[in-house]
Amino acid sequence: MADTQTTDAGRNILFGLYDDEEKLLDAVKAANADHLDIDEVYTPFPVHGLDPLLGLEESRLHQAGFVFGTIGCLFGFGFMTWVFTRDWPIIFGGKPYWSVPAFIPITFELTVLFASVGMVLVFYTICGLAPWAETRRLHDRITDDKFCIAFDATDLDNGAVDKLRDYFSKTGAESVHNKMVAA
Amino acid sequence: MSGHVAPVRRPLIEGSKTYHQITEDICRPTETAPSVSWIIAFIVSVICLGMFVFGVAWTVWVGIGSWNLNRTINWGWDITNFVWWVGIGHAGTLISAILLLFRQKWRTGVNRAAEAMTIFAVICAGQFPLIHMGRLWLAIFIFPYPNTRGPLWVNFNSPLLWDVFAISTYFTVSLLFWYAGLVPDLATVRDRAKGIRKKIYSAVSFGWNGSAKHWQRWESLSLILAGLATPLVLSVHTIVSFDFATSVIPGWHTTIFPPYFVAGAIFSGFAMVLTLMLIARKVLHLEQYITMEHIESMNKVILLTGSIVGVAYLTELFIAWYSGYIYEQFAFLNRVLGPYYWSYIGMMLCNVISPQIFWSKKLRTSLFWTFFMSIFINIGMWFERFVIIATTLARDYLPSSWSYYVPTWVEIIIFIGTLGLFFTLFLIFTRVAPVVAIAEVKSILKTSGDQYIGPNAHHGHHVPAGANDLSAGSTVDIDDDNTTK
Repeated sequence: MADTQTTDAGRNILFGLYDDEEKLLDAVKAANADHLDIDEVYTPFPVHGLDPLLGLEESRLHQAGFVFGTIGCLFGFGFMTWVFTRDWPIIFGGKPYWSVPAFIPITFELTVLFASVGMVLVFYTICGLAPWAETRRLHDRITDDKFCIAFDATDLDNGAVDKLRDYFSKTGAESVHNKMVAA
Repeated sequence: MSGHVAPVRRPLIEGSKTYHQITEDICRPTETAPSVSWIIAFIVSVICLGMFVFGVAWTVWVGIGSWNLNRTINWGWDITNFVWWVGIGHAGTLISAILLLFRQKWRTGVNRAAEAMTIFAVICAGQFPLIHMGRLWLAIFIFPYPNTRGPLWVNFNSPLLWDVFAISTYFTVSLLFWYAGLVPDLATVRDRAKGIRKKIYSAVSFGWNGSAKHWQRWESLSLILAGLATPLVLSVHTIVSFDFATSVIPGWHTTIFPPYFVAGAIFSGFAMVLTLMLIARKVLHLEQYITMEHIESMNKVILLTGSIVGVAYLTELFIAWYSGYIYEQFAFLNRVLGPYYWSYIGMMLCNVISPQIFWSKKLRTSLFWTFFMSIFINIGMWFERFVIIATTLARDYLPSSWSYYVPTWVEIIIFIGTLGLFFTLFLIFTRVAPVVAIAEVKSILKTSGDQYIGPNAHHGHHVPAGANDLSAGSTVDIDDDNTTK
């Protein structure tokens, strides 16, 4: 549901705004009970308890972090090893060429650097966030104090839309809006 | 609503704020014309920044001989300032990363500004290793890149090179962490802006729209970055301390340095956060978000780290005596009684003795004393680095090469200039970005807002409606009353 990309010309989004996260959580529960297919939920801050209701799986960003961190670790240690044992061995202070303890600080820093940079890049990429990104922005108050439940009403008949409007008023939505958005 | 909050917890957001009021209050400084005090502060900062540019240009043009460093004392104000600034740059990541892992809610009021301060302080710190090379244009030599000199590589066994990696990694990760937190708040500013501002904030907020999946990933990212930044922040000052500790100079060659430096860094960083926050909350009218509870929590950290630093100073003296090693003993006697005795006294007074006043709840909840101490500690921590660096070098192995060092005007204006750089960046930051993490503060409203917990909570029976606008700026004691057992 979250990031499905369709290539249609536009989508008709029907959304309701709530003024409190607890009303939002109750509304999502009601939608689940009524088998309504929520397209997306937008909130001004992370609302805890929302993910399981929406059936969102836990993020796997940490796996990306682990992979990038491993690459950074191996790269750092491997590069220093290559430089000091193969490419240009130099004796510093009578220590062995391959002086492992001295490599640890840089190996650690590169592990953290690769993991962080890689994970942040993955985050922006999978969320589709960039300075030029054209994301779906339904209402200006969603980043302020309104909690939004959105339905895709493009292919719904009047009866189904009325059912959704009914659902919004029943669950205490403050206002209900319609907006055409790019697919 | 406050069912999960222990009754002893005190509110972190005052004034019975709604979500919309939080947005209004925190976005306001970015949307209004700057105040006269801001303009004056900015002009002064830019003048100081100009001094920095002039000082650096002079150093490059005339040569490093325009500084008073000599054969014996080859590190003076330059590296003292470097370590001082890096230390200051530790509080932000500590607040946002370590306190995030410890689930400390009070971090939300101060983390944004503290992280910004971290980034600006690291920028200032980074200037000194570069300038002190003298030939600034060869600074790229510190990075291991394929070159036509063999290729001849940098020395990976050198703590100075570890420092290059530690500081650049720390800067990068802090910047990414800070910006990731800033994106949702910049979107809030965007959705309130019009015209050209809307275009700019649209670009810098990366199209954030607050969808549930994005928030979930954002929280996951914050948590993992915090997990990575925590050992990182400890490693950075550890490695800075290695610059000294891995040498064979008596007074530097001590195993206590890493923890001692890290505690000192947190100590000085919190002092600088307090200096800035006490001014910012007043000027930007954020007293209800950066409350006495926040200030007191930071003062407690200052008391703890100041005492750790004090124990480290005394341990050094004890170990020097206990070792029975005359050169080590001389190094420390020289620190206390030698030609730079005044800086040792300054260090002890500012860092160890004076922070002890924070055992008193009255003093650690006093704005005046907090501000006074934050300045005092900044001075004391500068003295600490000067003591370690210049005092130790001034009396080295051969009495014939003993020396004394005072900075030239060039070194002084470069230091003042970095203060200008720091404050210029910070003042710009307060105008263009939300100084308090809006989304994070909203997320703790229901558990920490004063309408939900504390003496003014609406379920309380002794407070009439409307009486909960008690300004956090007052130094009224707010204890006991709300620590109902």
